Amino acid sequence: MWFKRTKEGITTSTSEKKETPEGLWYKCPDCKEITPAEDHEKNNWVCNACGYHERIGSAEYFHILFDEGKYKLLDEKLKAIDALQFTDTKPYAGRLKDAQQNTGLNDAMQTGTGRIEGLPLVVCCMDFSFIGGSMGVVVGEKISRAIDHCIKNKKALLIISKSGGARMMESAFSLMQMAKTSAKLTLLAEAGLPYFSLCTDPTTGGVTASYAMLGDINMAEPNALIGFAGPRVVKETIGTDLPAGFQRSEFLLEKGFLDFIVHRKELKSRLAKLITIFNNEKVK
Amino acid sequence: MVYLDFESDIEQLETELQKLREVGEKTGIDTNAAIVDLEKQLLEKKKEIYSHLSAWQKVQVSRHPERPYTIAYMDYVTGNNWIELHGDRNVADDKAMVGGLGQIEGHSVMMIGQQKGINTKMRQIRRFGMANPEGYRKALRLMRMAEKFNIPIITFIDTPGAYPGLEAEERGQGEAIARNLFEMFRIKVPIICIIIGEGASGGALGIGIGDKVLMLENTWYSVISPESCSSILWRSWDHKEKAAEALKLTADDMLKNKLIDGIIKEPLGGAHRDMNQAFEFVKKEILKHLPALKKEKKDKLIQKRIEKFAQMGVYTEK
Ligand SMILES: [Zn+2]
Repeated sequence: MWFKRTKEGITTSTSEKKETPEGLWYKCPDCKEITPAEDHEKNNWVCNACGYHERIGSAEYFHILFDEGKYKLLDEKLKAIDALQFTDTKPYAGRLKDAQQNTGLNDAMQTGTGRIEGLPLVVCCMDFSFIGGSMGVVVGEKISRAIDHCIKNKKALLIISKSGGARMMESAFSLMQMAKTSAKLTLLAEAGLPYFSLCTDPTTGGVTASYAMLGDINMAEPNALIGFAGPRVVKETIGTDLPAGFQRSEFLLEKGFLDFIVHRKELKSRLAKLITIFNNEKVK
Repeated sequence: MVYLDFESDIEQLETELQKLREVGEKTGIDTNAAIVDLEKQLLEKKKEIYSHLSAWQKVQVSRHPERPYTIAYMDYVTGNNWIELHGDRNVADDKAMVGGLGQIEGHSVMMIGQQKGINTKMRQIRRFGMANPEGYRKALRLMRMAEKFNIPIITFIDTPGAYPGLEAEERGQGEAIARNLFEMFRIKVPIICIIIGEGASGGALGIGIGDKVLMLENTWYSVISPESCSSILWRSWDHKEKAAEALKLTADDMLKNKLIDGIIKEPLGGAHRDMNQAFEFVKKEILKHLPALKKEKKDKLIQKRIEKFAQMGVYTEK
């Protein structure tokens, strides 16, 4: 949590660096340690004292992953249509407009393509700040197109999930994105291209029940909430308190649903190593 | 007969009709003319009510306690001659998901579906049709077997959602559903999915990837139940009617939005009003699609299945 944001949301990590005035501090919500914002950013937005991984957005992940912070955004202009004219306490069309204004993003998924340690990689990254990182048609279409791009250009795919699940305001359209993304992932698999899934805090609902759990390699940041049903719903079902650490990364690793947990500072080198190993056909 | 809140006029007419018949029998007075007249009124009333059901009323019909469940359909379409197959070969046999082999007019089929209990005890055992990961994994095991023997798959969908329990999470409910979605796009035999009751969320979709996805007339399919949607978006359980309307979850809405392939008619007043008729409609629909799907080349079948789902949803790029 920033003490002060220069401009809410839309600042990318690189522009933030320039704009960060002196005297900006980060306070860890977990251990309450206070660090200069600049140091915190250099530490990949991870608390230096306790290892708490701050929730960050796509711009930050792209900055961390891509060589020299250089990448190209794909399908940037995709926007949702309120096809169902959904209204609850507020019209969905209004919610969309607000989210777009507040975040500077068009929807909850951004696709970046670039290189990590010289190796090409396409990264689809969810933004929790956009309606809770909910999965709607645009999220599905972005993944779908990213997979087309991977197949055409023989690139590996990383999806970084950070989502409360399906976007209710798109109802069955949103539900079918689970099917759509899974369908497209079968094509990526047929093409023999690696798919890495990184679950970050939180990864729940329909996202967990589709692409987040379908990686050739399923990985997670430390202590991320990962589950299908939310903890509150599970608690209501069983009628007692949940065990400590339930639905956290370490729990999923123990139960056999993750290949490993990766600290953010090691994410890039781990991915590069795996891509190199998967690419062994080059060596005869 | 259990009457829903909007069926009070039907209830009244049916009660009168019943009385009239009893009077006729007991006293020997000729009530035939009155009965014929009342029957006509009743038919008109039913038509009137059932041609204007709201989204929420359809949700109510889909949950009618006398509505037939999956096994009843399996029994009928195979002439009471199918073999139930149990277990995921790993953890357990999930009673909320049933499956088995049979033949429909000579066509061998693998049938899979969520099963709700028919009495209090069975409702508990079958967890109200909410499957655990083992249920989805059993379904996948059976689908793979079907593929091996080149047998088409029919799924019957009727669930208020995947079971949100502690053990379900421990055993990877999300992974189990995700795996089914992925694998159902690779299973090289025809798949027909029929929503016969409730089609709630990922729990329904987990056996819902097919070459033909069909909904019975009074069923619903959505990302969330109207009640949960109401509680999350309106922060109260009282807006379920509004939520049902907003979610566009009826068969008509789903077809209009190109998210399903067709609607199967129900008998007037819902499937429970004339079960055999409902079963017959479903059987006819299966037999209508099966021959063509069986003739389709395997790769083409898969390609079409993928393309159909890949096209779902609308967006703009301006
Ligand atoms: Zn800390």
